[in-house]
Amino acid sequence: MIKGKFIDNLPRVYGIYTGGFLAFIIIMAIGEQMGMTSKAIGICFVAFTVAIYAIIGYLSRTAQADAYYVAGRQVPTVFNGMATAADWMSGASFVAMAGGIYFKGYGYMALLVGWTGGYVLVASLLAPYLRKFGCYTVPDFIGTRYGGNLARLMAVIVLTVASFTYVTAQINATGTIASVALDIPFKYAVYIGLISILLCSMLGGMRGVTWTQVAQYIVLIIAYLLPVFWISNKMGAGFFPHFMLADEVARIAELESQFGLGTVKNSAADLANVPKGLAGITKAHSAVNATPWAFISLALAMMMGTASLPHVMMRYFTTPSVKAARKSVGWSLFFIFLLYSSAPMLATLSKLSLIDPTLTTGIIGKSIAEVQAIDWYQNWNQANLMFVSDFNGNGTLELNEFFMGGKAVVLATPEIAGLPYVISGLVAAGGMAAAMSTADGLILAIANALSHDLYYKIIDPKAETAKRLVVARVLLVVIGFAGATIAAMEIQGILGSVIWAFDFAMSGLFFPLVLGVWWKRANREGAIAGMALGLISGTAYLIWVRNGGSGFLGITQLTFGIFGSAVSLVSMVVVSLMTSAPTAATQRMVDEVRVPSGRSIIGKQ
Amino acid sequence: MSKQARHWEKTRGLLMVTLAIWFVFSIGIFLFGAEMESVTGPFGYPLTYWFTCQGSLGIFVILIFWFANKQEKIDEEFGFSEKGDD
Repeated sequence: MIKGKFIDNLPRVYGIYTGGFLAFIIIMAIGEQMGMTSKAIGICFVAFTVAIYAIIGYLSRTAQADAYYVAGRQVPTVFNGMATAADWMSGASFVAMAGGIYFKGYGYMALLVGWTGGYVLVASLLAPYLRKFGCYTVPDFIGTRYGGNLARLMAVIVLTVASFTYVTAQINATGTIASVALDIPFKYAVYIGLISILLCSMLGGMRGVTWTQVAQYIVLIIAYLLPVFWISNKMGAGFFPHFMLADEVARIAELESQFGLGTVKNSAADLANVPKGLAGITKAHSAVNATPWAFISLALAMMMGTASLPHVMMRYFTTPSVKAARKSVGWSLFFIFLLYSSAPMLATLSKLSLIDPTLTTGIIGKSIAEVQAIDWYQNWNQANLMFVSDFNGNGTLELNEFFMGGKAVVLATPEIAGLPYVISGLVAAGGMAAAMSTADGLILAIANALSHDLYYKIIDPKAETAKRLVVARVLLVVIGFAGATIAAMEIQGILGSVIWAFDFAMSGLFFPLVLGVWWKRANREGAIAGMALGLISGTAYLIWVRNGGSGFLGITQLTFGIFGSAVSLVSMVVVSLMTSAPTAATQRMVDEVRVPSGRSIIGKQ
Repeated sequence: MSKQARHWEKTRGLLMVTLAIWFVFSIGIFLFGAEMESVTGPFGYPLTYWFTCQGSLGIFVILIFWFANKQEKIDEEFGFSEKGDD
């Protein structure tokens, strides 16, 4: 069936895979009709998809450094776009984003703008130049451009801090989904999630991760779009929701004023009864509810963070050429756009089906006892994701008396809207794919930086390839287990730590990376100062605000990277200008990076 | 001016244009979020809402492809484009 080179056959291979996955969904739907239990369907979905990823991971095994670190630099543009989209869209994007929009409306949607706009910076400022450089890792660029082990080490530190913050959240998400779908306790589910993640990356490194990420993208996008379209059609809201929900958005605004959103407030004593982590609707759905600066500062922090996160940047090291790296950024954003533009639509459909009394699914205005008797309410109440309480004692459910967890918007909406359970199983598989693919990219980024930059470049430059790859794989497992152990402690929510990761990355890496290409005068001393002071001041600001500090300029614990990166920029420029200019050889190197043709700077290693 | 310097000058010019467009749709328009709210945008959504959930995002996708094509033209003009295809 498949002849010739694997790369030439990619469209066919993934075409067959997609067809197979759709067939699997249909088989499950038939199974459901024939009386398969919902638990069995959930297990089948998660087990089947994870098994496929593991097989791809095994088939991609390699013993070559080039294949392990950069997938042999032969990933075609469009497929690299899909892999990047999976790498990028985490458990937070998949599970938490629609929920965030549902609860916080406009102010939250700054994240949509920030997490897409950042790719313009990636495409224009960095990706093509780093691809020309020919590095294996992001610290590899810093270490070679600025020279010296200290600069390289600083970059490794920033990368590790940012990526590790991010990865614990992803392992946490795989654990949550595995524990729900397989019905086992979270503290064991976390390790099942981890083993699935390692199966994809351990044998094949970047090559394995690339081909599993493409497979994971296909699963996650089907799992996200199918319910959105289905619900929209079922409600009669329009067959193509993205273009047809204006009436629904207007209807929500109308209901908000009818139900007294913002005027009816719950007392602190009432709220004390609401289980931790659940929230009610307190913000307008589509109306502007944040100051311009609150919106813009969050978007800006996310954009600069996007351009500094090493697990994204290293995906563009795998393209065959500089030209392909640029185009590939465009494709990445296109594939991300498909999901991001659907999240607000899902939030709209979910909210309307819950609050509109004229719909059969609407619960606001029904009697409390009636709502408490609904099957799905009981299920999600038991899972601690839904809660109602009759605060004013009038016997009917008011808008301010209904509470939900952020995750429930994606996970529970199919069930609320009356879709068959097979869709809920599909959504679980999609969430698992989203969290696994991001975790894989992050763990690989950390392990590669430690094995390539710390071990090979700094500690033992004479190490042989076989030994380097053994070190890389051992580190992969160690970092994975460290992440899982911290995730099992459940210190903070999924979304908060993701946003912090962006702020850490931009504090330490944004300006040293950008100025490395765009400012020839930037030198080693400046870069070291920029990375160290940026990371330290950003972290200090975070700690200060977390401990009750008032902050300044409206910079919050979610946007502390704006302060960190400003310090980074100033210190890098000042220190660079106070010390001597880079050597002629370094300046020549920068000139060469700026030209797409010709040999890469680092070459084959 | 050497060929390389002229290539870089043009590249920098393109960067400035790209970043200017990026700035308008990621930051600029959101300074006027409240003012745009009463305006009806494409498909009947309130304009601010439309920009945050589709408009700006879609413009970024188009902007990157436009930028990539322009940059390829500049590279070709100076004979710096890579051989072989992607």
